[in-house]
Amino acid sequence: MKHPTRKATLQVNQNEGLIFEKSSAGKAAWKLPPLDVPEVDAAQLLGAYERKELGCMPEVSEIEIIRHFTRLSTWNYAIDLGMYPLGSCTMKYNPRVNEAVARVEGIANGHPYQPEKISQGALAIIKTLSEQLIEITGMDAITLQPAAGAHGEMTGLLMVRAYHESKGNARKKILIPDSAHGTNPATAAMVNYAVENLKSDSRGMVDFAALAAQMNEDVAALMLTNPNTLGVFEQDIHKIADILHAKGGLLYMDGANMNALVGKVRPGDFGVDVMHLNLHKTFSTPHGGGGPGSGPVAVKKGLEPFLPTPVVITKSDGTLAFEGNRPQSVGRVRAFYGNFGMFVRALAYIQANGPDGLRQTTEDAVLNANYIRKGLEGIYDLPYSTPTMHEVVFSDRRQLKKGVRTMDIAKRLIDYGFHPYTTAFPLIVPGALMIEPTESESKEEMDLFIEAMKSIAEEAEEDPQTVLDAPHTTRVSRLDETAAARKPVLRWKPAN
Amino acid sequence: MRYLPKSPADREAMLNAIGLRSVDDLFAPIPAEYRLTRDLNVPRQMAESEIVDFFRQRSRENGEGYTSFLGAGAYFHYRPVIIDSLISRGEFLTAYTPYQAEISQGTLQSIFEFQTMICELTAMEVANASMYDGSTAAAEAVMMAVRLTGRRSVVVARSLHPEYREVLATYATHQGMPLSVADFTDDGRLNLPELEKSITPETACVIVQSPNFFGTIEDVGAIAEIAHKNGAMLVVSIAEAVSLGIVEPPRQADVIAMEAQSFGVPVGFGGPYCGVIATREKYVRQMPGRLVGQTVDKQGRRGFVLTLATREQHIRREKATSNICTNQALVALMVNIFMTIYGKVGLKELAKQNLAKAAYAASQFAKQGKVLFGAAPRFNEFVVQTREDPYAINERLLQHKMVGGLPLNKFYPELGNAAVWCCTELTTRGAIDTAVELAAESEPAVGSSKAEDAEEVAR
Repeated sequence: MKHPTRKATLQVNQNEGLIFEKSSAGKAAWKLPPLDVPEVDAAQLLGAYERKELGCMPEVSEIEIIRHFTRLSTWNYAIDLGMYPLGSCTMKYNPRVNEAVARVEGIANGHPYQPEKISQGALAIIKTLSEQLIEITGMDAITLQPAAGAHGEMTGLLMVRAYHESKGNARKKILIPDSAHGTNPATAAMVNYAVENLKSDSRGMVDFAALAAQMNEDVAALMLTNPNTLGVFEQDIHKIADILHAKGGLLYMDGANMNALVGKVRPGDFGVDVMHLNLHKTFSTPHGGGGPGSGPVAVKKGLEPFLPTPVVITKSDGTLAFEGNRPQSVGRVRAFYGNFGMFVRALAYIQANGPDGLRQTTEDAVLNANYIRKGLEGIYDLPYSTPTMHEVVFSDRRQLKKGVRTMDIAKRLIDYGFHPYTTAFPLIVPGALMIEPTESESKEEMDLFIEAMKSIAEEAEEDPQTVLDAPHTTRVSRLDETAAARKPVLRWKPAN
Repeated sequence: MRYLPKSPADREAMLNAIGLRSVDDLFAPIPAEYRLTRDLNVPRQMAESEIVDFFRQRSRENGEGYTSFLGAGAYFHYRPVIIDSLISRGEFLTAYTPYQAEISQGTLQSIFEFQTMICELTAMEVANASMYDGSTAAAEAVMMAVRLTGRRSVVVARSLHPEYREVLATYATHQGMPLSVADFTDDGRLNLPELEKSITPETACVIVQSPNFFGTIEDVGAIAEIAHKNGAMLVVSIAEAVSLGIVEPPRQADVIAMEAQSFGVPVGFGGPYCGVIATREKYVRQMPGRLVGQTVDKQGRRGFVLTLATREQHIRREKATSNICTNQALVALMVNIFMTIYGKVGLKELAKQNLAKAAYAASQFAKQGKVLFGAAPRFNEFVVQTREDPYAINERLLQHKMVGGLPLNKFYPELGNAAVWCCTELTTRGAIDTAVELAAESEPAVGSSKAEDAEEVAR
């Protein structure tokens, strides 16, 4: 390492095998209370359906389980340890009061089918969060049912289709910019729309002329991420909406990057017809190693009849209820009401922030991204000089001359004590380094990050092999992904 | 704002470094006419203590302290304390999808263990890293069968969870997947002759749930035979994972779509839960969702990575097996810890207690009303038919802070005054006896049976 890193120091790390390798007959971590009803003979009750054998399920004690998972946990990087600048993922602080309130008894143990009169608390949470998200997005109606962002996209496009069908023509295709996240085209396919690519212009924005040329009565909607995956705000957003609307098309906004907008501008005000939010990005619910998420979909008035069932209504006596009788609805996209536990956390986040906190959060997120851009400009190639919102995208063009690619720089960043940025995305930037610091980083943490990135750029110049072989400090070095895919080993098996 | 780590001086210094005068300059790219010039109309910043009070109040309005006989896809089981101790570790809670394997081995290894245990319990060869929930997993499993067979139509058992059927219908609408429904017989199981008739050369798969929505265990072997002889696949949905401790897994299935909520996940008003798909090795490349595989690093040390990504949306875009991106990793971790705690012996004992409680409750209800579908084996749910409207019975139970079984007239009007009741290891004999007594109050046999009941309790 050229400069000793100020961020991290090596430390002994515990080894730990698979839980099955610790198992031995007779150990147990469970104890059931004595049965207060007569014992039953399973063989008699179940006959041929009685299961006799549970295979290689483990038998271990409680302390072993605690150590097992605690040891595993120390092999993970996390926001709680430091900056996690994964672009488009919005790795912000996950407030702990959110976790506490999600575990209050009536909230954690409410049953989705318990009578409405004893579900008023949960209904109130759904209704309050819905209203606040409508205010934040400037839309007219919302469903909280989708379980994640991609699920929200599917729900949104189902509503787009239902809307067009109600006008007599479902239309054929969805326009998607080449900078879009992979879920957008995958979703369009699930809803049986053809995907038509839309080029970006030299500013990294939607190519206006291309859009005007491609737009016709076969286009159901444009799926646009705004700010887009370059962190660039689509300045002509309203003109884009006008072009779509003039031909009867709809503007779908992927709200993955809403962290750049909350409290500063509302999609509903700039022509968006339907959009999804990611509560696990913008509204601080924990990513938990890859989920759970939650992907509410907000719409303008004209799409409200198509919302999934059920919706929450206020009855004449003032109590809240679920309404399932909606003839134009696209139907149900998930059993029960969605990832309710995430609603609780998102609402607690909005409450902790208030209007001033939400705005300050957005300002800090954008300030942080621009600070990093300033700090690394001239050191890494900036393919688009358009102003940056919440994230900045560099490329590895300069480092590539020495054979160092974005993934190598990312792996070297691990040695400096940081989680890597997003690599190789968006697709319109070859060798992309997509950096989203979020509002949760202090100036000190970002200064360390900039220092690390500068140091790696020097290493790439003077000692590229060090970067190419990184990481050097982790439990395992780079793993053989090709072998993993060629002959997949997807489960443990006992040795014969 | 207490979550933001910057002082006004820090912000000032950063703006100076960037070469801007004010924060407004950062938002200059947004056309002025769309910029919000007012506060959002949301309540003012609240203190942590106020937030806690707010949710405690909502909790009190939400059935806090009620004893429940509800199941129907969301089950009350005891959650060992160490589940929350462990998942609350920031390294699990606040990590992202393990794209950078070298600093995500904790999450990756735990998912590998999860996949292994799901395989072991379902008797399948491969399992994915989790899906949104049981309903969407069922829909994705059906789509998988459509891809694998090149056929498009689907036969759905009417005894599959009604909301799972609704979700499947939503997913199927625009993919040109015609659904037909096969009814159930007097024993509450799929009507096999009707199934025979419903299957055509265009049938991609049959989907059934076992134990089904009535708690009844389906004859998966016979169903598989009918499906397979017609070239269709069999998808089995499992909503009550604890059943796997004592009930034979559906070994003849081609794909299993499971809801693992029962394994240590809070009922939580319906989510987040943990769906998962398990199948045969030969079908793995058509499987949706993340998969973790074992491999080695440059020095030959064992490690784990996300694998077979070429199925997924970020590589294949519109040609992906599914648009799914986020899974339920943290919930899968709860499930994983639960399975580890109970393990080979505990899961069986736990399932046996469920079996015993439901058997006792069903026998008590049978003395007053009619317990339907008794001819087939069941796990921890059963359907009680009464003379009185089950909503009226439940109203009486509510006065005693009890929530009765789920009335079925909305989904199965032909069953009349019927409700599906659930008992787990958490249901006490006292609660069962009280509920039976309250349910019986207006039934004709009430006088004699009450005495009998009291006697039973005394014993």
